[in-house]
Amino acid sequence: MYQLANPTRFMQFSGALLPWLWALAAFLAIGGLYMGFLASPGDYQQGQTVRIMYVHVPAAWLAMMGYGMIFLSSLGSLIFRHPLADVSAKAAAPIGAAFTLQALVTGSIWGKPTWGTFWAWDARLTSFLILFFLYLGLIALWQAIEDQSKAGRAAAILAIVGSVNIPIIHFSVVWWNTLHQGASVFRADGPTIAPVFLWPLFSMMGAFTFLFLALHLTAMRSEIQRRRIATMLARRANQATVPAAVGASQTP
Amino acid sequence: MMQPFLELLTRDVRLALREGGAIGTALGFYLIVVAIMPLGLGPDLKLLSRIAPGILWVALLLSALLSADRIFHADHEDGTLEALSLGPLPLELIAAAKALAHWLTTALPLALMAPLLGLMLNLEIAAYPPLVVTMLVGTPAVSFVSSIGAALTLGLRRGGLLLSLLVLPLFIPVLVFGVGAISAIVAGPGGFSSPLAILAAFSVASVVLAPLATAAALRIHLQ
Repeated sequence: MYQLANPTRFMQFSGALLPWLWALAAFLAIGGLYMGFLASPGDYQQGQTVRIMYVHVPAAWLAMMGYGMIFLSSLGSLIFRHPLADVSAKAAAPIGAAFTLQALVTGSIWGKPTWGTFWAWDARLTSFLILFFLYLGLIALWQAIEDQSKAGRAAAILAIVGSVNIPIIHFSVVWWNTLHQGASVFRADGPTIAPVFLWPLFSMMGAFTFLFLALHLTAMRSEIQRRRIATMLARRANQATVPAAVGASQTP
Repeated sequence: MMQPFLELLTRDVRLALREGGAIGTALGFYLIVVAIMPLGLGPDLKLLSRIAPGILWVALLLSALLSADRIFHADHEDGTLEALSLGPLPLELIAAAKALAHWLTTALPLALMAPLLGLMLNLEIAAYPPLVVTMLVGTPAVSFVSSIGAALTLGLRRGGLLLSLLVLPLFIPVLVFGVGAISAIVAGPGGFSSPLAILAAFSVASVVLAPLATAAALRIHLQ
């Protein structure tokens, strides 16, 4: 971790890693989509709508993984002052927000034929909506504070406060009647889904995870480049004005 | 340690009382939000009586939020906050004193005004005691959590709008358990004490933990 604190070394490392991540994501996605949409049957109750699961569940998983990434990066930036932690937290927020929205939208499309409604104020749906709001708040705070190091620390504090609140919010909304089904894949007594649905789901979850890592590294790389350009522009502006000011004082 | 804390607290309360308009604006906002609800929902007294606890709680959260961005604002602008941070009181206790002053001057008057507004919404008689109790127990969390948002958005343009975006999601547990405790009394069987206990736990936890986050956020601006 500490060797990667040097942005140049990080750029080399991530540049070498990125093609592999993209390739893995593409390979697993093609396999998962083929198994999910062509090679597997529809569910005996849900029919074809069961296929939405192959997009919905991985998106929901990434929505939580994205917040976990932001939380760890925030700890890294507040406790260890790791120079790349800020960049990582900033880069993960829009990606996590996008996947949270995707989970909400696909769930809503699935809910209409299955539950008969696009939206219900159920515990899982509500806590995901709040997660989405927390993401929006983080993004807004990053945009509102101009000084990047200040913005990074403010966003880190907000992310940690939000992470304390996520379980509280989850358990507070559990008090409402719950419509969303419970865990069916990662259970102590084994999955309750038939293997024919499970394999495409696992493949898609792998694909989404590698996609997230690839997007995250790409966003981090472009953030580093953006900061370098800003520094270069500032330096050039500095060099351009200093001789001019000296020249102006000499002319009269 | 206690002496400067109390002095800062009394100073802030006195400032809020003498400034004029600080408490009145929040109360007036609370009154008007509750008053326009029946106009939007229709004057059906049965419906209003059913949703009154929710309306009173939501409007209270909005009114408390409206004044939250002023918790540190004036002291930050004229440099008092920096002078305070150099004094004997740790920044965490300064943050706690300011949040407590906000509770005493804004959230507490709002909570005490809620039963009066309940009359306008045809709130059931049985619901008045739990309404007051849940609001007294829950509002410290409101003040202390808003102080985190106020410290994070200190000195920003459009800070007030950003503050609501940051803080409102964090209010959800207070809202759910506050309204849950009241409806447990009104709607019949259901425990009043367990939602109230969770509400109290949330309040106590935010009174203890929020000043830490608030102080960390203030340090960003004080460098």
